[in-house]
Amino acid sequence: MSIKDLFYKKRKYATIPSERVKREVPEGIMIKCKKCNTILYNKELELNLHVCPKCDYHFPVPAPERIRITLDEGNFFEYDSDMYSNDPLQFPDYAKKIEAAVETSGLSEAVITGEGTIKGFPVVVGVMDSRFIMGSMGSVVGEKIARAIETAHIKKYPLILFSASGGARMQEGILSLMQMAKTSAALERFDRGKGLYISVMTHPTTGGVSASFATLGDYNFAEPGALIGFAGRRIIEQTIRQELPEDFQTAEFLLKHGQVDKVIHRRELRDVLAKILEMHSIRGA
Amino acid sequence: MANDLSFEKPLVELRNKIAELRRFTEEKDINFTDEIARLEEKARNLEKEIYGNLTPWQRVQIAKHLERPTTLDYIERIFTDFIELHGDRVYGDDPALIGGIAKLDGIPVTIVGHQKGKDTKDNIRRNFGMAHPEGYRKALRLMQQADKFGRPIISFINTAGAYPGKAGEERGQSEAIARNLREMAGFKVPIICIVTGEGGSGGALGIGVGNHLYMLENSWYSVISPEGAAALLWKDAGLAQRAAETMRITAPDLYKLGVVDRIIEEPMGGAHKNVDYQATLVKQAIVEGLAELSKLSGDELIEHRYQKYKKIGSYVTLAENYSV
Repeated sequence: MSIKDLFYKKRKYATIPSERVKREVPEGIMIKCKKCNTILYNKELELNLHVCPKCDYHFPVPAPERIRITLDEGNFFEYDSDMYSNDPLQFPDYAKKIEAAVETSGLSEAVITGEGTIKGFPVVVGVMDSRFIMGSMGSVVGEKIARAIETAHIKKYPLILFSASGGARMQEGILSLMQMAKTSAALERFDRGKGLYISVMTHPTTGGVSASFATLGDYNFAEPGALIGFAGRRIIEQTIRQELPEDFQTAEFLLKHGQVDKVIHRRELRDVLAKILEMHSIRGA
Repeated sequence: MANDLSFEKPLVELRNKIAELRRFTEEKDINFTDEIARLEEKARNLEKEIYGNLTPWQRVQIAKHLERPTTLDYIERIFTDFIELHGDRVYGDDPALIGGIAKLDGIPVTIVGHQKGKDTKDNIRRNFGMAHPEGYRKALRLMQQADKFGRPIISFINTAGAYPGKAGEERGQSEAIARNLREMAGFKVPIICIVTGEGGSGGALGIGVGNHLYMLENSWYSVISPEGAAALLWKDAGLAQRAAETMRITAPDLYKLGVVDRIIEEPMGGAHKNVDYQATLVKQAIVEGLAELSKLSGDELIEHRYQKYKKIGSYVTLAENYSV
């Protein structure tokens, strides 16, 4: 079966069905916190926005779940849900990899784009999902994000992008690298049109995604503990032959070095976003 | 010749043999004219055979050649009145990424480019052409100046990648590159980018958003270096050769993928075999490119650039069947 067949059956628009959201919760009813090792109920974790109630560790959030906890309920309209990669380089095992990612994540690609509202304020959002081939950016991710930016530009809606990505997708070679230019060029036009863009960097935001749209927000925010950086830690250690500090490339490290505006706890994120949207909605502001 | 590449070995041996016979002819007065002519013929054929069928990996080796012409080599031969300008006005000056103003056939232009060293000492000073954030920010400053004064921008790309280090991360390597991508998209002057040797990922793209993108015949440009790809894919950097073949990183590959607008020919054996001639070919491409782009207005140049990148990518939707 080709990837194409998978999608013809799975075409979905508008709202995200609850089955799809439920599937994101890991199997079993218990889960161990990666930081403090506390055993947690999945339900408990979900109610706490996927944040450990004991140590505040921020678990990665599947994209549909992020949309659920960020936007107002029931009015999310998804864009380009029928777009998929066609393995342009005929890269070894790539087609299989995509199929497996579609199967396990229930997503068509590593980003969901669309529009909705936050406390009544309309927004265009793009949400990446690190479960889909490390959230890497290939042609589809680049094109979906560029189209979302264009739509925000035309509709004069604020734009919010949640990054979660290991970087450009190797299996599409140079085409992936060029998506950095494509998304940045779209942001340039949006910026010139005085569009509001809020970037939220979540774990992880690295490589080609951090070196393109993720760091170009009017506001650059990060979730606590998120790994954010250009090069991989191992590569840096091998290159400079010295050990790196414990907090290297964390959201807090970036804050200390002046690279992000604010590190925001997931519990407060929706409120902060709404506040900014509200301020920008005031004429003359 | 210490800088010959392994695949050139048969040719080098043959040339040595010919030189030896010549010496004999001169010193010992034995006539080898026929043998020499025969070997010369053989050498020419071998040359065609080797250089006419370069594998991607062999091209990568030529692109990395220590004698490969650098940005300054091209500047010296193509432009006049070059004035190098230094510093990002924030942190420092990056010798790995240089820039300045010069004249191209009497027309003022702004030049930016990665700068590799000519020998080990020089390379250490130049950090092997691997730039830090201050390099990208210097380039941005100079390009903004070009935009202000209406000067075309010529960008010479030749880097294995932006430097992966602690300091770079602290000073925002990602942000510096990202900002350049966005700002370069919005300049109202023509931008021509030329990959002259290595085009290593984001570090290359950081000065690489233009109206035209050219590549020298034996250069490479990729989302990740062949070594890096091999390490990630097969956990073995030794498989770089295989990665080079799989990743589609050569000039002909990128031309086919619609990413590169023009391939600039190289002399037999690579740019370093005849730097002056190579520079004339690069100059010809720039002059022709600028002639074409100068017909566009500032806004048209922005739109031209936007459409160039908008159409790169390969995907399928239910509504349309689209690929590059």
